[in-house]
Amino acid sequence: MSYIIDRRLNAKKKSTVNRQRFLRRYRKHIKEAVEDSVNQRSITDMDKGGSVTIPRRDISEPSFHHGEGGIRKRVFPGNKEFVPGDEFQRPQGGGGGGGAGSGNASNQGEGDDEFTFQINQDEFLDFMFEGLELPYLVKKQLKDATLWETRRAGFTNAGSPDKIHIIRSLRAANMRRIALSGKERRRIRELEREIESIQLRMSNGDAEEQVAKLRLEIEEQRALIKRLPWIDDFDIKYNNTIRVPVPSSKAVMFCVMDVSGSMTQSIKDMAKRFFILLYLFLKRNYKHIEVVFIRHHTHAKEVDEQEFFYSRETGGTIVSSALNLTADVLEERYNATDWNVYVAQASDGDNWDGDSDVCGRILDKRILPHVQYFSYVEITTGPHQNLWVEYEQLQQRWNENFAMHQIEDPADIYGVFRKLFEKKTEGAA
Amino acid sequence: MSKKKEPISTGPEWTFELIQRYDEELGRIAAEFKLDTYPNQIEVITSEQMMDAYSSVGMPLNYNHWSFGKQFVDTEQNYKRGRMGLAYEIVINSEPCISYLMEENTMTMQALVIAHACYGHNSFFKGNYLFQTWTDASSIIDYLLFAKNYIAKCEERHGVQAVEELLDSCHSLMNYGVNRYMRPTPLTPAEERERQQAREEYTQRHLNQLWNTIPQKQESAEEMISRFPAEPEENLLYFVEKNAPLLEPWQREIVRIVRKVAQYFYPQKQTQVMNEGWACFWHYTLLNTMYDEGLVNDGFMMEFLHSHSSVVYQPPFDSPYFNGVNPYTLGFHMMMDIRRICEEPTDEDREWFPDLAGTPWLDAIHHAMRNYKDESFILQYLSPRLIRELKLFTILDDASNPTLKVSVIHNELGYRQVREDLAAQYNLGNREPNIQVYNVDVRGDRSLTLRHFMHSGQPMGESTSEVMRHMHRLWGFDVCMESTNPDGEVAQAYHCPPRHTDVPAVI
Repeated sequence: MSYIIDRRLNAKKKSTVNRQRFLRRYRKHIKEAVEDSVNQRSITDMDKGGSVTIPRRDISEPSFHHGEGGIRKRVFPGNKEFVPGDEFQRPQGGGGGGGAGSGNASNQGEGDDEFTFQINQDEFLDFMFEGLELPYLVKKQLKDATLWETRRAGFTNAGSPDKIHIIRSLRAANMRRIALSGKERRRIRELEREIESIQLRMSNGDAEEQVAKLRLEIEEQRALIKRLPWIDDFDIKYNNTIRVPVPSSKAVMFCVMDVSGSMTQSIKDMAKRFFILLYLFLKRNYKHIEVVFIRHHTHAKEVDEQEFFYSRETGGTIVSSALNLTADVLEERYNATDWNVYVAQASDGDNWDGDSDVCGRILDKRILPHVQYFSYVEITTGPHQNLWVEYEQLQQRWNENFAMHQIEDPADIYGVFRKLFEKKTEGAA
Repeated sequence: MSKKKEPISTGPEWTFELIQRYDEELGRIAAEFKLDTYPNQIEVITSEQMMDAYSSVGMPLNYNHWSFGKQFVDTEQNYKRGRMGLAYEIVINSEPCISYLMEENTMTMQALVIAHACYGHNSFFKGNYLFQTWTDASSIIDYLLFAKNYIAKCEERHGVQAVEELLDSCHSLMNYGVNRYMRPTPLTPAEERERQQAREEYTQRHLNQLWNTIPQKQESAEEMISRFPAEPEENLLYFVEKNAPLLEPWQREIVRIVRKVAQYFYPQKQTQVMNEGWACFWHYTLLNTMYDEGLVNDGFMMEFLHSHSSVVYQPPFDSPYFNGVNPYTLGFHMMMDIRRICEEPTDEDREWFPDLAGTPWLDAIHHAMRNYKDESFILQYLSPRLIRELKLFTILDDASNPTLKVSVIHNELGYRQVREDLAAQYNLGNREPNIQVYNVDVRGDRSLTLRHFMHSGQPMGESTSEVMRHMHRLWGFDVCMESTNPDGEVAQAYHCPPRHTDVPAVI
């Protein structure tokens, strides 16, 4: 007799726990692989999952087995031309021939030195942003919280009729009635017992009269019980709700980039990568993100993404124009109490002489007080210029939410990004 | 010959009703061939579930460990890349015998799998002496459930990290966690739980005695020099479980669980050729009988024969697909060969197998299935004819020679030697280094000495020192392993923690 069972609808992901343990165990390897691939990836698939490769010897499970050497015999099928006594060179590589041993000691697949597997997008991002955090997030959020959320908080005796909790109200009424009718019900039970005993003891005629009297009293007691109000004011329970402040889940990210003649396409590409990393990172922390692209040469302009990265213009560089526009947009559309504001500025460091201190002033007065974080990356291999010097002073004053770094080649981007957002210790905050 | 019946099905689509019809017919024919099986539990699963099953060593449930996760991502990767097909079935030595059928299979494949697993493997599990001796089919699932829960509880109590480290160590010694000669007593899960507690107490008490540092009176000098254990112990995990000084009771229990699981799989490792050969022989025979009865049509047979012949294909040694002797090929052909020798013996067969030639084939093949393991089966039944067909030859690899040598081939002079060589290849004792617990310095630093008895001068492999670290973790004190050659000289010693004297001696 056979039982045939359809198991197809049973739980599928039985190996999930084991898989996670595997990932955890090799997180160092995986993180390295992720970092490598972040630096090599094209921009558009920055946030896809990816394959991770680990050297097989690092994850092999050791066991006692025979090593090379000694004498061994191995039987092979499919002889074509060998006769006893034939001798030939040991085959090199792969350990084929007799070298692989006579058992299954090395059945891991010959020549397959790498262990490759896929991780999905979430896992990829987890590894990518592991150990990073938005600086001073908590402090800012609580201070600026103006969003409120209504949450349930038990039950009260007062409230508006639309919040009545019917079950609890009726339960309370029932309890009250039971409590208040205790005396009467006890009396009724006594009377009923009496009636019973009378009926047992006496003959019909005598009993009739007494019983009738007792029954009358029972009726009276019942009437008393009935007179208890079925529901009373203080029975009624209301759902209680309270308002709690919640941190804003909306964020806006300003991408500010210099597009003057000195910015080549490769510099823009690096900037774009930086912006994308920031965007992905913010996306993990906020429900809703808006991105504002501001490009500038001598004039600043708010543009869409396509134009931001790909259209070319030439001209001089006045950074303050972009900062002014940023501040304007901020004031106009993104109230700092509702929005978490992040500004990322990328430039090759060129600026028109005399504009840098203007920039400093705009940032100091109009932007930095309202933003969560301002990050500036200078993509250049040359020496720092006046903008950098100006910003360095700013950094001393605003060291909590102002950060700057230099990027020289694409491989730096991820590292710089990590540096900008790495977990700060409590003391610094 | 019975009159032709209608084919059960004609299309590739399977339904549960059809599976049942096929199973009934196969069961009927199997009974005619005297196949004695556990009740079957046939479970239809998806490919994803199949991968899950793969990664918990084929069992429907198992404790959690990262290595199973590694197996899973590996399988998943290979499968998704199309580099590997999943097996059509997995069958578990349990009572009832659980077989997995994959949803994607065609009706023909499902029938093939039922014949192969539910009647072939199943009757092997029930009949073969190794399985009868070493495994208890009725309790394995319950035991794994107990193990899974117990280990999960330990993880809660002592932390995932601590349990994982312990399991790593046990897994590295898993091959040395089996009893080769003593039959374990089967236990019900309830008894198992009861005994586990009694054991905890007892072991602790026993240990306190063993490691008691207060000197005892009247000790004769003879006792002082005697070794502990008195007899060498080859079951390293058993020895650790019973004697490691520093293990906590829960740790001993986990060592025991790994040991029990290893013991359960021990017969499968020794009967791969026979088990697969037996199953292939029966799916071939059963489905052909169905064809003879008219229960399946030509299309069915074409598809079946196509899969069958790819399963039993043996790539020659110089083919890029060559991956050792294919156990399916060897086993299937040997089983077919036994039938041939019984039914149509040649003069050669009469000379080589006088007891077999001309006897009833069904009894002969049942006898072979019940009483042999791979090594002895090959030694007993591999015929010169099959050696010729497979063109088997032996290569002698002596590390002290610069060249490899063809020692024997499939000719009159070589049959016996080739057969012996092939059988030796399936001898677990040759495949795995022979390592035993030799001594514990009970009165001194409590160090443990293992002995490796070298086989044909083969040294230990590269991960040895890694395993020694695991042994050290389990034992808690210094561990040493000595590789000895047949003369009893120590050729090489491994220590953990390492000592500077660990330079390999001259071999």
